[in-house]
Parts: sequence; structure tokens; C-alpha cells
Amino acid sequence: MNPSHFIDRRKNPKGKSLGNRQRFLKRARAQIKDAVNKSLRDRSLKELDKGEKITIPSKSTAEPRFRLNPESGHREHVHPGNKEFDQGDKIKKPPKGAGRGKGKEASDSGDGEDSFQFTLTQEEFLDIFFEDLELPNLVKRSLKEITSQQYKRAGVTVSGSPTNMNLIRTMRNAHGRRLALRRPSTKEMNELKARLFKLERVAQPGEEEIAERKALIAKLEEMEARRRWAPFIDPLDVRYNAFEPTPVETTAAVMFCLMDVSGSMGEREKDLAKRFYMLLFLFLKRRYERVEVVFIRHTHHAEEVDEETFFYSRQSGGTVVSTALDKMLEIQKDRFPAHDWNIYVAQASDGFTQSGDAKRCVEILDQDVMPISQYYAYIEILDERELEVFADADSGAELWRAYRTFAPKWTHFAQTRIARPQDIFPVFRELFSKSAKEAA
Amino acid sequence: MTLPATTPTLLFAGADWDFETLQHTQSAIEDIALNDLKLDVYPNQIEIISSEQMLDAYSSHGMPLMYDHWSFGKHFARDQTLYQKGYTGLAYEIVINSNPCIAYLMEENTMTMQALVMAHASYGHNHFFKNNYLFRQWTDAEGILPYLDFAKKYIAKCEDEYGFEEVEKILDSAHALMDQGVFRYNRPPRLSDADRLAKLAARAKHEHETFNDLWRTLPNVDEPDDEAEVRQAEVKDIKLPEENLLYFIEKASPALRPWQRELVRIVRNIAQYFYPQKQTKVMNEGCATFVHHYIMNKLYERGQIGEGAIMEFLHSHSSVVFQPDFDDPRYSGINPYALGFAMMEDIKRICEAPKEEDREWFPDIAGNADWRMVLKDAWENYRDESFILQYLSPNIMRRMRMFALNDDAKATHMDVTAIHDDRGFACVRETLAAMYDLGKHEPNIQVRAADLEGDRTLKLRLESYAGRKLDPKTKEAVVTHARRLWGHEVTLDEPGA
Repeated sequence: MNPSHFIDRRKNPKGKSLGNRQRFLKRARAQIKDAVNKSLRDRSLKELDKGEKITIPSKSTAEPRFRLNPESGHREHVHPGNKEFDQGDKIKKPPKGAGRGKGKEASDSGDGEDSFQFTLTQEEFLDIFFEDLELPNLVKRSLKEITSQQYKRAGVTVSGSPTNMNLIRTMRNAHGRRLALRRPSTKEMNELKARLFKLERVAQPGEEEIAERKALIAKLEEMEARRRWAPFIDPLDVRYNAFEPTPVETTAAVMFCLMDVSGSMGEREKDLAKRFYMLLFLFLKRRYERVEVVFIRHTHHAEEVDEETFFYSRQSGGTVVSTALDKMLEIQKDRFPAHDWNIYVAQASDGFTQSGDAKRCVEILDQDVMPISQYYAYIEILDERELEVFADADSGAELWRAYRTFAPKWTHFAQTRIARPQDIFPVFRELFSKSAKEAA
Repeated sequence: MTLPATTPTLLFAGADWDFETLQHTQSAIEDIALNDLKLDVYPNQIEIISSEQMLDAYSSHGMPLMYDHWSFGKHFARDQTLYQKGYTGLAYEIVINSNPCIAYLMEENTMTMQALVMAHASYGHNHFFKNNYLFRQWTDAEGILPYLDFAKKYIAKCEDEYGFEEVEKILDSAHALMDQGVFRYNRPPRLSDADRLAKLAARAKHEHETFNDLWRTLPNVDEPDDEAEVRQAEVKDIKLPEENLLYFIEKASPALRPWQRELVRIVRNIAQYFYPQKQTKVMNEGCATFVHHYIMNKLYERGQIGEGAIMEFLHSHSSVVFQPDFDDPRYSGINPYALGFAMMEDIKRICEAPKEEDREWFPDIAGNADWRMVLKDAWENYRDESFILQYLSPNIMRRMRMFALNDDAKATHMDVTAIHDDRGFACVRETLAAMYDLGKHEPNIQVRAADLEGDRTLKLRLESYAGRKLDPKTKEAVVTHARRLWGHEVTLDEPGA
């Protein structure tokens, strides 16, 4: 009689529109890229791993249809809510562009709009942002993969830790054994007990009943005994999921963050450096399965610190940049053998170092650091005023000039200057853009 | 102390629902719908979905399956943003004109809302879909889902075979002409023509077997002669002017290959399927609103829902039928729910308790004891325009305080041509009815001539109504799309231009 039925669709796979969304993103790629780059200008890095609401001009994804021009011909319409009009009244038209006039028809599903706004997911956002960026020198080292261990399922075993117990196998074994050993079930026991209670309640039992009672008691005792030696679950039944370590090949990279923390580096400078490091980290993470980060701060001596200390604590002292490079090499030799790791180094400084030290830095770089690293980025953080003074790439602080002389020798060495937060993204893109690398 | 006698028979209490409650409630609703209102409905298939799935459904015209195209992704992206930022809510339900009639219910709805929505969609809209003449004649409720399934697979296959971009181009262009892809006056052929599908499959096989890459550079050689002949004959049968641009292009375009014609046909069929819904917004929503209002009140009368539920129902019902005045910032035209519901309630009143005025305006239905029959007759045989012209009563015009305006684009003032008084009733009614005549408000573009032997120019012409012109912002873009499908020059004349 009732032909209606209900279906619970909530469990259906999600993301039915995902395919169409991809098509849309592909279609509007160029505009979305523009919008992403524009939106990055004023974005803090903390927001970088969130989705982003972007607005693109609707032209690229317009769906034109024939429409009648609202400013042509004559139209008649009816509206509700008359207060004071009478037949023959004349109503002055609202001036053009003054909001919604009375004569304006509701437009269809926003087709008249000039721009289109929607939200990109974090994944889509980063995809687009990093799209035409490339890690230089990636191929050479990523062929040498590092092997690490990963646990994989490997059937069941008879020993293991309780958390890995395979309940289904265990219960199935126990069930089989109970059947084989004819373990009396609780239900059977209860039935017999119930019968026994009933017999016991009889005030004056006859001979027959007494006999039955005895038999029952004997039977129950036997069953109890049977149950004791054929337990519900026996250690024999228990099975565990087995995991075996299997070697998996992963690509791994280590990123050394070097920063001058002497007095001349203020909050602003550190903040700029931090943004750059984070961007580099996100970028590396997308290319390598495993990325380690080592923070090395230095004044006149260098030390490895954790992230918090690196960015937020101050230290006073002179400035000897080469100590950081020494420290980096030391850590690298100790923990990150060059044949297993892709090594990236990013150095941030205000460009000042003890006189004579710049030369030593160049030596270390040239002989020890550059041959083993995939990429070395030197970011000099300037004042905005300084940026104008050093508009010419050849002039600069000591370190800058020193690096400048040897830079051409190594294609995977880059140096650049940053003065404002807005510069970070363009500079980053410049350092890693594919075309720039090819041109170099 | 007395307990309310109704308590034991309540269908539900509280906001939570489960499938058992839904089932009971649905049976109670069905009892009223079928035995009291005597509605005639398709079997119901009621699906519970999450908000995310509702957004999915939004982007594909509410259909459960749809072919892939970037524009659906665009709509999804926009709707999702609007929803997540809290600018818009989601519909409580979506209902599909198919057999069985599929209704989507949101899982977030309270039990009262689920009851309302079932009465609204699964009985109100369902009855309308099954009985209204436009839907009966112009759409194929049995065939739509299989057809969409075919369309989705066919288009996916074309993407594999001819490339994603090629398919996208044709679909983009066909979508641009979708509004001009419907028959307004003569009845379209049925959708799921089994013969035709079989023929398609055979042709695809033939194409595959006789595939020769060289031939691909020549136009139309992959169309077998006999089919080309049939098509040419069909083209000859088309009497110009022809209002259905997509139909004409599909049949007569010198440039399209058979699979491209099929894509155009798919878009055209989907446009045709939705065309009746555009013409019956007021009636369809009015019918569904009237039905849910009647059923919910009846449930309350019978003691099957409690005070709390009826209050909650009245709250949502009154926001659904809310009509802001023209000078209210919320005003965006006449609310089809409000107008449709008011008119249908008024028909019931005219039948049951007519006044002198009603006897004068509606002599044939005033005092007719069987308002159910009157309403069902209206639901069956009218569309918005004719329904308003026939049934908009002075009572409603007065209550909604309607007035008619004459707006000439060149003038600096608008004239009030009529208001809700004895002199103006007829004029207001005619003007309002005309507002729902799609023929007057959608550009009516006709194929005037196609020079198939000569330079193959396709000549289109805007049949202008009341001196209205095409919006120059989109005109050229759409004509460009038409050129892509036609493969040769396309011109579009506007009278007086």
C-alpha cells in the first residue's frame, strides 16, 4: 500500500562536485593565479596554510545568455504594498545607479555581476602558489633515496601486544574450540539450574523427583567442571595482528636556517626572516616526504636552538657570521650525511659581520658548503631607507659584496634583499621560478 | 485534572527525528493527502542528505546525476562560499520531477520541518508534477533519470574520444543558447527513445570499426549517408521562422559532427525539461504551500502533532509566504510562494464562503461546495500567466495593495496605470499576468533564414515586444557562441536597430 520509501544518503561519498570544481579551477587558472598572487601581498604567513577567499573577474568564466536590455522599450509591472498612489500618478524614476529602483527587475542568479568570489582550499591555494616554482637541483639528489622503516601488516601471529589483538580471529578460534570440546553453554546451564530450583521448591518431593534432582546436581557439577577446563577463551585462541618493518624509500631534505641574532637584528628583521623560512619550509614539504629543520643562531658564536628561541629570544654580542657556517657543517657531518640528504641552507642577516670575516665566509662556502648543498639562499634584510641607498646590486654591506664576487661560480647560490613584508613573496617567487632558473 | 486527550496519538515530540518517526509521520501525511485532499502522486522516494550534499545538488540543477562541466563547479564554489560565510541558508528540500518522485530532505531539519517538507515536496510538488498539463505534455518523468544517465556517460565518452577541450567548447556554446533551446508552442518528442539509443550505439561501433584518421580532417564524413539523408529531410521539414535555435542548429548546422549534434541535443533536452518549471513558479510553489499548510493544520486538528510543533510550523510557514512591500529594502519582486498560496487559499474561500463581489467575478466557482475539485482543476490546466488571469481576485489585490506601473525607458517618470480599486482590478490583473508570460520577458529570437546552399549565413532576428532591445553586454558574446556551433557567419537583427 505504501509506495514511499526513505533512503539515507548521508553516508554517500562526499565531494560529488569535486570534479567540476577542478574543471572550474582549470578554466579560470590564469585569473585565479593573479588573484592568489595579489592576495599574498598583504598576507601573513600564519594565514598561509588556511584556505583563502579570492575574487576573480567573472569574464573568464562568464556564461553569457541573451538578455533584454532593462533600459529599452517600455514595460509594465505590478508591485505590492501601495500606500499613497492613485491611478494617474506620476512617479519620478530613481536616478541611475541609486540602488534598487522600483522599476528594477530582480536579476537572475547574479549573472550581471562583474566579479566572482569563492574560497580556495589550502591545498588548492598552495598548489597554485607554488605551481611554477621549482626546487633547483632536485633531480640529482632525489635519486638517492633514503631508506626508512615503515610497519606493514603481515598476517596474524600468536604473540604480540594486547593492543594489537585480532578480536575476530581470536573469537573465531575460541568458538571452534568450545564447540569441539563441547563446552556447556551458559544457556544450557541456566535451563538446568532453573529446573533444579523448581524441583527444590517442591515441598514433598516424590522418589522420582528426588532422583531427578540428584541426577541434575551431578550433571551440573560435571558441566561446571567441563567449563572450567574448557574456558571461554584460552590463551591458545588468541591471535595478534602482526606488523613487520619494511624498508620504504623516501626522499628527505634538511633545511638549515641560519640567522644573525645580534643586537642589530630587531623584531622587524627577524619577522621578515621568519616569513621567508616558513615559505621555504612549506615549499620543501611539498617536494619531499620528510623535511627536517635545523635552527642555528649566531652572534660571535653560533649554537643550535629550537624554533621558539630562534625567533623570539635575544642575545647580545658581536657578529661573526662564519661561526654559523662552521656550526652548520658540524651538524651536517654529524647527523645529515650528504649522500642521504638533500641539503638546503637559508641564511638571513643584516649584512654586517666582523671585518675580515666575510672573506672567511666565502671560503667556507666555496670549499665546504656549496659542494654538498642543493641550494643556498642568502637574504639580506634591510631598512627601507637602505634599500634606496643600495638600489644597485653591486653596492652593499660587506657580506653582500663578498658573496657577490663568488656567486656567479655556483648556480645554486642566490642572494637577495628584503626590506618590507610585501617583498617576501615576490622575492621567493623570483628565487625559485622555473624560468629564472632556466635563464641562469 | 485532565490530560489532553490527544497526547497518546502524537506522531512525534521534540525536534529530533529518526527513520521510524519519519515513516509514521509520512503515513499520516499520506492519509490526509490521498484520502482527504484526494491528491494523485507518483510514488515517493525520500532521501536524507547532509548540507554538503545539498550544495552538490544545488550546483547541478538539483538533479541527482548530471554530466560534468566547469560551470557546475563554478556554481558550487559560489554557493559554498555564500553558505559558509553565512550569507545564505540552504533550502530545506529539493524535489525532482521524476517517477518515482525524489525529494531531498536536509538532515539538520527538525522533525516538524521534516513533516512540513514531506507534505510540501512529496505531496504538493509531486501532485503538481504529475498532473499539470505542462509537465505532462512537455516532460518525461519516467525517462529523465535514465536520460541523464545516458547523457553523462555519452559526454564522458566523447571527452575520452575527442578531448576534453573539444567537448567543453560545444557545451559552452550550447549552454549560451539554452534559453533559446526550447519549443514553446509545439510539443517536443519524447526523451528516452530506445530506438535512437540503439542506433547511437550501433553508429559508435561503426565509427570505431571504420576509423581512419585521414577522414577526420574532412567535415561530416563520419555521418553515414542514410542518417545524413534523414537529417536533411528533417531540416526541410522545419518551417521558418523557427523559435528553437538549438534545434535548428542541431539539425541544420553545416559544421557539426554527429557527436557534436548529440551534445547539442542533450543540452536542448535538459532545457526543455526545465522549461515548464519556469512557467509555473507561482502555481507550483503555491500548490505545495497550500498542501503543506492544509496537511499540517489537519494533523494538528487530529491531535497528531502538538502545540509546539504547530507553532514552529507557523513560524516557518509565515516566513516562507512573507511578502515585503515594494518600498521595503528586502523587496525583490513578488514572492511566488506568497502569491500562489494567497490565491489558492482565496479560491477555497470563494468556494466555501463567497461574497457578493466574488459571485460577480467568479460566477462559475463561487459557492461551489467542492473546493478540492476546483483547485485540482486549476493545478491541472493552468500555468502562471493564465492562472493569474483567471483566478486573481479583487480580494487578493486589495489585500496585497497591488498597483500597476507603466515604465517607458525614455521617460523620466513612471505612470501608475491602475491600483487596487474597482476601476483598476482588471488592469492590475492583466498586467500581473503578463509579467509571468515568459514570451514577453525572455528574448524571443527566431531563425529567419539559413542560406544552406550559398554562403551558409544564419540569419537570426529578435522578435521585439514593446520596443525592448537586447542587452549589448552579452549580445555579441552569445552570437559568437552561435557562430561556433553554426561554423559560418551568424547575424542577429533587431527591429529598429
